[in-house]
Amino acid sequence: MVDSKQQWKAWLYLSPAIVLLLVFTVWPIINTVRMALLENYNGMTAVSGAHFDVGFANFATVINYPQFLNCLKTTAILCVATVPLSTFLALVIAVALNSIRPLQRTLQTIFFLPYVTNSIAIGMVFAAMFNIVGNLFGTENELIVTAGIVNNVIQLFGGEPVNWINAGSTYWANMTVLIIYIVWNALPFKILILLGGLQSINKQYYDAAKVDGTSRRRIFAKITVPLLSPMLAYVIITGFIGGFKEYSSIVGIFGDNMGPAGDAGRLNTIVGFIYKALETNKLGRASAAALILFGIIFVVTMINMQVSKKRVHY
Amino acid sequence: MKVVLQNLTKIFPSRNKKSDEEVVAVNDFNFTIPDGKLVGLLGPSGCGKSTTLYMISGLQKPTAGKIFFGDDDVTELTTEKRGVGLVFQNYALYPHMTVKQNILFPLQNLKGADKLTKEEMQEKAYLAAKLVQIDGLMDRKPSELSGGQQQRVAIARALVKMPRVLLLDEPLSNLDARLRLQTREEIRRIQKATGITTVFVTHDQEEAMSISDIIVVMKLGVIQQIGAPQDVYDDPTNLFVAKFLGTPPINVFNGTVKGNKLYIGEDAVLDVPGVADQEVVVGIRPEGFILDENGPFHCHLRSVEVMGRDVSIVSENEASVNPIIRSIINADNKVDANAETVRYAIKPHKIFIFNKQTEERIHFEVK
Repeated sequence: MVDSKQQWKAWLYLSPAIVLLLVFTVWPIINTVRMALLENYNGMTAVSGAHFDVGFANFATVINYPQFLNCLKTTAILCVATVPLSTFLALVIAVALNSIRPLQRTLQTIFFLPYVTNSIAIGMVFAAMFNIVGNLFGTENELIVTAGIVNNVIQLFGGEPVNWINAGSTYWANMTVLIIYIVWNALPFKILILLGGLQSINKQYYDAAKVDGTSRRRIFAKITVPLLSPMLAYVIITGFIGGFKEYSSIVGIFGDNMGPAGDAGRLNTIVGFIYKALETNKLGRASAAALILFGIIFVVTMINMQVSKKRVHY
Repeated sequence: MKVVLQNLTKIFPSRNKKSDEEVVAVNDFNFTIPDGKLVGLLGPSGCGKSTTLYMISGLQKPTAGKIFFGDDDVTELTTEKRGVGLVFQNYALYPHMTVKQNILFPLQNLKGADKLTKEEMQEKAYLAAKLVQIDGLMDRKPSELSGGQQQRVAIARALVKMPRVLLLDEPLSNLDARLRLQTREEIRRIQKATGITTVFVTHDQEEAMSISDIIVVMKLGVIQQIGAPQDVYDDPTNLFVAKFLGTPPINVFNGTVKGNKLYIGEDAVLDVPGVADQEVVVGIRPEGFILDENGPFHCHLRSVEVMGRDVSIVSENEASVNPIIRSIINADNKVDANAETVRYAIKPHKIFIFNKQTEERIHFEVK
């Protein structure tokens, strides 16, 4: 315990952090709640001194807005599809990486590259890879039919090219590309965490299992996974949180239309919805949506924690 | 099950690439562990005792040499096919499983003809738990147990499959002093009850001496001496073994043999017939001193420590290799703690002389 004479020193040393937190975290949160509760709060009219009634009109508007429900659906699908998939793949890759000696460092670096690469840039590369008709390129209106590498590979194996992301593509084709992108993008962080967890597991457990003649599958299921469960829980929880905040991946691939040409907004997410609302100065609506998103993430995280309490060992 | 180690050698490649210095952890080991005996591998750290244990378990492969269990050559067998039970130094209990699940784990691995029914497994697990007296703790997690209890669980887990050989790596090193005494009796009891050939590794000579049928004293990968604990203590083959066994440790002096007499400094302490004149190293066990007013061996008295049954006398002598000499004599002898000098006679069977260069024992006739 710091004795009371010394306490002012503690506060002094903490003050830079406290000031920054107050200005950039605490106040925005309070302000978000305030704006969400002021009916039809609008940045433009607020500046000119308009009066707003207090109420839940913003929430009602957001929830009754078909676009918002669509955003919610897309976000939820992305979460449910990508988190288990990326966690499972990351686990497999981490275990594989952990079991090899040569090239471990090199492969680790390769797997980590997506993490340090700009997600918009990756999105654009994905867009090129999944393209079907190439770009309008060269002279005006000249159509160069260079299918992206994915369709090239499909054709190589005798399949029909798929319209992944271009005009006229289906919602599920778009979602498939998005899921692949998000999973791939989420892998490095998860691999890193799980690999770290694997390397901190005492080797003697494996020796003990070996002496007892445990099969590799059983070692994985009964020893590796349970001992890794705290890291798995962490990776899954942060995965869901990240999933609900998905936005830049769609911008990266589809541009800020949030959908393929002709279907703008079809792939919009909650964060995208908030962003659009802010753009059009509907601060009240944006704040209400942000709070709803917060609520969703909170509930999902609580569920995750409850489940992991039963599953996470020690 | 008899265990035979034949020319067993383990060489570890050098750690850093710059030097190609190899580490010979175990050097040409030849040793037969008789069936049903408790054998202690004893030596300071780095002497290769754990490596030997892990080679017997199959977790490490020998560089050369062979290992037999009975008449079966198991050198090339993987660890699970050898049928050994291994208790790790840190127990390596699976922290996410209960005691029961830990003990059941090896049984659940059994395949094919060895496969057991659930009831058989439960029964065996309970038998093993009962043997080590933890049958009341079956639903606890390892983290809820004391060190001694964890140790027992580890032993139960190693025993549940009725291994051909039980191996224990520093079984007592993680326990406190009181528990250590208790547990070593426990290990002895369990070993006697099961009759399983047991090998354990320790750096603690007292531990090894107190429970082993046979001790193997090792130094830098080489066996120094094998024998029953008392025999090794009473008849060490070299200075290392003499120094390693015994608490308090043996007192070491520089001495000379001249005309069949052993001199420590100016004092002719003992007749040593048949030993050629030479410089020697002399070891005298603390219990080898007899308080004697006319004794030949003079030492400067430093202090007298009363220990109840015994008295420990701390003294000095110019020829002593260590700063102090410690002797232990019966408390019936009254010692004047203020005296300048103390004079001893030496029990001939408690004094050993060693070659100055090779440090090998020089035997002489005890009259």
